[in-house]
Amino acid sequence: MARKQTNPREDAAPAAPPSNGKIRLATVWMGGCSGCHMSFLDLDEKLLDLFAQADLVYSPIADLKEFPENVDVTLVEGAIANVDHVKLAKEIRERSKIVVSFGDCAVTGNVTSLRNRLQVDDLLTKVYHEGPGSVPHGDDDDIMPALLPRVIPLHQLIKVDAFIPGCPPDTDRIWTAVSALLAGQPVEFEPEMRLFG
Amino acid sequence: MPVVTLTVNDELVSGQSGQSLLSLLKELGIEMPTLCHLEGLSDRGGCRLCMVELQGSKRLFAACVTPVQEGMVVYTHTERLNNYRRMILELLFAERNHVCAVCVQNGHCELQTQAAKNGMDSVRYDYLVPDLPMDASHERYVLDHNRCILCTRCVRVCDEIEGAHVWDLMGRGVNSRVIAGLNQPWGDSDSCTKCGKCVQVCPTGALTLRGSTVAEMEKQHDFLKWILTGREKKQWDYS
Ligand code: SF4
Ligand code: SF4
Ligand code: SF4
Repeated sequence: MARKQTNPREDAAPAAPPSNGKIRLATVWMGGCSGCHMSFLDLDEKLLDLFAQADLVYSPIADLKEFPENVDVTLVEGAIANVDHVKLAKEIRERSKIVVSFGDCAVTGNVTSLRNRLQVDDLLTKVYHEGPGSVPHGDDDDIMPALLPRVIPLHQLIKVDAFIPGCPPDTDRIWTAVSALLAGQPVEFEPEMRLFG
Repeated sequence: MPVVTLTVNDELVSGQSGQSLLSLLKELGIEMPTLCHLEGLSDRGGCRLCMVELQGSKRLFAACVTPVQEGMVVYTHTERLNNYRRMILELLFAERNHVCAVCVQNGHCELQTQAAKNGMDSVRYDYLVPDLPMDASHERYVLDHNRCILCTRCVRVCDEIEGAHVWDLMGRGVNSRVIAGLNQPWGDSDSCTKCGKCVQVCPTGALTLRGSTVAEMEKQHDFLKWILTGREKKQWDYS
């Protein structure tokens, strides 16, 4: 049951500046409510500082279909809840130097994992069968990804280099983490910035 | 009381014979993490967060139930201890269902705060996701087993201060549960005086006021000191 502990302070390799001098940054939306991304946008004018130093190479706020190669830093919002998340998470790990669990759902499962005590079939029946429309299973139609029996935090599927807690993390936390990563430093928070919830 | 001399983190200090190591460490201003300990209640060494290393022994000792002794050599924050503390906190989070973002105690919770203070940034263990009920049968309060860390502060305050002994524990290990009476709905208990002491001392969102919603619950323990000063010194401060 014990898993290898991923300690960001020891494992996180500094992001080496790429050829154009800019960090290749990606943000990903998995099983979350997009609140973490909303909080990211709340960085407001700091976004200008950020994009002076980084290129956004993949994100729900940019229209790109494929997760690119050679990403320096990837922020992942949301827990691993379905088969598509599993596939994407593995691609992210292969193609990113630093992977960051961004927000409580990615870090702990949080609200997304509230369904873990229910059988997936019961869940789908409650939401879809007893409601309007037919029950999507994902395996046959390739449209709806099948739900995993249990929602898990990102680090229980792939190695994660740093964690940004919070539901959603406030902009101070995001900026503390992002500016450290841009500078090639490990992410370190004061205790009050480490609170879940 | 005779004075004893001991060494704490390489400094020579003195304490009163008979006092607990934890109380001495607090007097010295050393911040020790605790969850089951609460000033005014008996100590039980249950949560293990206040563990210290004593020179000459491989065992770790819970400072709250270890009396100070002449010549003791104590270490309070070694890497080994800090690692174990983090493990204990992660195990507590893995054992029940803690979802801080939607918890009534969010922002005012001792477990949440200890996790942050002790550097817990994630939980390395699989979450057990136990299927646990809530007891909302009481007219004033609610018990949510999903958030209970089995610290037994509720058991002790109800027994030692209120004298009603409504609460106790049943089962063993991860299957342990806090129960009212002989495992009956809390609201059916004849011995509960509805004083609310258990709710106020509970460190987590397990015992709360009925009707509180996300992040609304805040607790205060001041009454314990007030009652004990009154009982022991006959000083009742009504100001
Ligand atoms: S009891 Fe504390 S740690 Fe548990 S969910 Fe509530 S706020 Fe979080
Ligand atoms: S309300 Fe008072 S009497 Fe009732 S269980 Fe809690 S501490 Fe005991
Ligand atoms: S209900 Fe609260 S006070 Fe009682 S054992 Fe559980 S966490 Fe401790």
